[in-house]
Amino acid sequence: MDIGISATEYLSLVRNGEISVEEFIAKTLDRIHVVEDKVHAYITVDEQNALNKARSIDKKIKAKERVGLFLGMPISIKDNICTSGIRTTCASKMLENFVAPYDATVVSRLKHEDVIVLGKVNLDEFAMGSTTEFSYFGPSRNPWNVEYVPGGSSGGSGVSVSALECMISLGSDTGGSVRSPASFCSVVGLKPTYGLVSRYGLVSYANSIEQIGPIARKVEDIALVMNVIAGHDSHDDTTVEKGNVDYVKDLDAGVKGKKIGLVQQMMEDGVDKEVSTATNNAISKLQDLGAECIPISLDSVEHSVAAYYTIASAEASSNLARYDNLRYGFDLGTEGYEFKAYVSKVRSSFGHEVTRRMLLGAFVLSAGYYGKYYLKAQKVRAMMKSQIDETFKKVDFLVAPTMPILPFKIGEKIDDPLTLYQLDINTIMANLTGIPAISVPFSISSFGLPIGIQIFANSFQEKSLLHAAYALQQTTHLPEVPL
Amino acid sequence: MTKIGLEIHCQLTKLESKLFCNCKADYRSIPQNSNICPVCIGLPGSLPILNKKAVEKATMISLALGCQIPERISFFRKNYFYPDLPKGFQVTQYNAYGPTSIGSDGAVQIEGKEIKIRRIQLEEDPGRLVYEGSSEKTQITLVDYNRAGTALVEIVTEPDFENPRQVRIFLNVLADLVENLGVSDPYLEGAMRVDGNISVEKANRVEIKNVGSFRDIEKALHFEITRQQSLVERNIPVAAETRHWDEARKITVSSRSKEEEQDYRYLPEADIPIVRIAQNKVETLKAQMPESIVAKKERYVKKYGMPPQVGDVLSSDKFYSDLFEKAHTDTNAKEVANIITTDLMGFADTREKKMELKITPRHISDLADAILNNKITRNSGKLALQEMVKTGKSMSEIVSSLDLGNVSDMSSLEKIIDEIFKEEEKAVLEAKQNPDTVNYIVGKVMRKTKGKADPRTTLEIIQRKLSS
Repeated sequence: MDIGISATEYLSLVRNGEISVEEFIAKTLDRIHVVEDKVHAYITVDEQNALNKARSIDKKIKAKERVGLFLGMPISIKDNICTSGIRTTCASKMLENFVAPYDATVVSRLKHEDVIVLGKVNLDEFAMGSTTEFSYFGPSRNPWNVEYVPGGSSGGSGVSVSALECMISLGSDTGGSVRSPASFCSVVGLKPTYGLVSRYGLVSYANSIEQIGPIARKVEDIALVMNVIAGHDSHDDTTVEKGNVDYVKDLDAGVKGKKIGLVQQMMEDGVDKEVSTATNNAISKLQDLGAECIPISLDSVEHSVAAYYTIASAEASSNLARYDNLRYGFDLGTEGYEFKAYVSKVRSSFGHEVTRRMLLGAFVLSAGYYGKYYLKAQKVRAMMKSQIDETFKKVDFLVAPTMPILPFKIGEKIDDPLTLYQLDINTIMANLTGIPAISVPFSISSFGLPIGIQIFANSFQEKSLLHAAYALQQTTHLPEVPL
Repeated sequence: MTKIGLEIHCQLTKLESKLFCNCKADYRSIPQNSNICPVCIGLPGSLPILNKKAVEKATMISLALGCQIPERISFFRKNYFYPDLPKGFQVTQYNAYGPTSIGSDGAVQIEGKEIKIRRIQLEEDPGRLVYEGSSEKTQITLVDYNRAGTALVEIVTEPDFENPRQVRIFLNVLADLVENLGVSDPYLEGAMRVDGNISVEKANRVEIKNVGSFRDIEKALHFEITRQQSLVERNIPVAAETRHWDEARKITVSSRSKEEEQDYRYLPEADIPIVRIAQNKVETLKAQMPESIVAKKERYVKKYGMPPQVGDVLSSDKFYSDLFEKAHTDTNAKEVANIITTDLMGFADTREKKMELKITPRHISDLADAILNNKITRNSGKLALQEMVKTGKSMSEIVSSLDLGNVSDMSSLEKIIDEIFKEEEKAVLEAKQNPDTVNYIVGKVMRKTKGKADPRTTLEIIQRKLSS
């Protein structure tokens, strides 16, 4: 049995009785046992519950009872999205033993449709990073070459889908955290419009810009997930009601007659040659399919990294203030401590990158600096938004490389935060302006490392964004993962 | 000149649920940490859902205090570490980057003086710390999060008060106002908390925190004035600082904790979208608001001819004015007001005593009618009222069981007076020479009839007999 099939294929095989859910889950668990040592995607695997759930779904199918849309499909969840019964660590010592008493809205919606949660996957601590090296539990590794980083912060999500350790994963994208591992691991990753998918149960890092997004091997699988997780949630006031959109229907509508802009500022000096070649190839493929392509200049992109790290760090310093280890956390008794001393002691358990961002955030928010940094960053954000609004009057989509460079070796840039921050330059725009963006695997470099192409659409235009992504996907012939 | 400004925290105790979750707003008298959920104890991943009713109630307070209501309001995070603050920040409102709080620029008149309201903001209350253990060294701090996340309205005044007396009057007016609006019960423990800012002439401003009651804020301000003035007189500078009220010693003490000077690193709360306050919504709320205390007093005086003091006392007390509204008829309004303000308020002046009253509007109405129709005397009325509030028995039952009916039979009253004349010969003689002493004889009659004789009739008969 091939466990590398797409979600759509899985559904038809289970529906036709060609495979049982239990068989498929058992096979996937076997695969996890084989490859985990090499890639380290999972923080926690919930093996026994997964098998039990698989058997009970098989029974229901046999008895012709109502079974949810996903028919026991195995998924993984980034470990900053709450799951009742499985710990949610955020890859931090701070939440090493934290078991949320509730499911995130996205998780409960998917469970209601009978997915099977195999476990929780690795990330940079509290989603702060773009390589998954900043995990308390150690780095994840790229299945295309285990010496290389898988991208991040949803590295475990990208790796688990790419290495066939699950079919679909949920990640979160604050500055590119879904798209970066999608690009580096040759899978598809969508960052939805801010407000389309509930954040209830997503442990906040930068709450004004982040969204939960799906990672899968095929664009059609992303559409399937969006049909279930998108839409208003009474637990999240920032979600919007957009009616019932069927993302699966007419997925092959194509890009004929559509206008596509290539963002000039995302194709400049820092971009790897193979990456820019791949991007130009993608553009010609889309032109072949009947799209019209024009160059677009967005000069606010220049300031985006500075604006992003100012805003995200400011919000992080506030969002992570709750970790005082009083109500939940790791094993350290309070007795004998004065409050402040206790808090400083426990908070020294955060990793370096998290500490760096909290300090930066506290600084830019402090009296006298607010106007100079935070407010200025918000102005850049507003300027970028108005440029984007103007741009989408002229084009339907924007295209750029997802990551400016190819995956690099683990440890190679870990001591160089500024270089790492700069890698987010192409993904950040979608977070600062709220628009949706998707990374589609497009080609493999001469050294065998994946290259992803990013497509942006205007707010709440996920349906047509998926049309474009699907059209691009259909032009590619990519090798199987070499693991 | 002394300048005093206030920051008043008023809990919206009349809400069903907390400001951002479905936990009960009423956190009192339940076991510790039993009124909590992922949202109000800030579990990772939880998000606030704004209670729209809280916004309405805060809007009503702002309107009642004459404030401007902006078209949009938004929330900020005030960041600081404290064990009672489960998220490490308090969700509040902040106007430093443009007005976004629910109310601003209002004013209240007290005794002809205008107290300006700088702003009104809606925010969440933290949890509560409970200290256990006897000595400093063995002291244990326990945290109860039942209160965490309940809705508060903070009212900030300009430094318009000139003395502590004005502060007390203002606070009483404010307490009556929020009670009358039906948004808060200001007499619940901790429902209204006051911080004061005070400076005497040429001195720095001092903030007084941690004052538990209205009576204590007045004392604390008096203490501060004396303290600051004596420093100024001796040419010692008054430090600009925060002082805590020491309830036991009745003095203010400098709080040297650095926590007071900290930077709160305010940040917009992105989890709560900007709330639009539609003008027609404000109009609807205005229409729903109960009659103001000022308007009520005016109506009492104009329509029923109550003396202004009676109208004042009655209109400012929601419990008794509600009772009045239900009890009075067009003919007995003044008498009903009289009974409530002179007798009933004396019996039951605290919240607990009010709750114990077994009295219905019908009782008061019947009693007023009986007095107006000369069926019983005012004196007997007082006795009847005492019985009513204790037993809840009806007017007629009480009159017969206590035998309170008037001695209205002229001949029996004359007989009693004749008897007294015989017993008190000396007093009668005296009264004939000095009419001012006649009250002694009236008193004797009242005692003999157990207060059931109508005093005016009694006096008439006595005077007739004296001059004959």
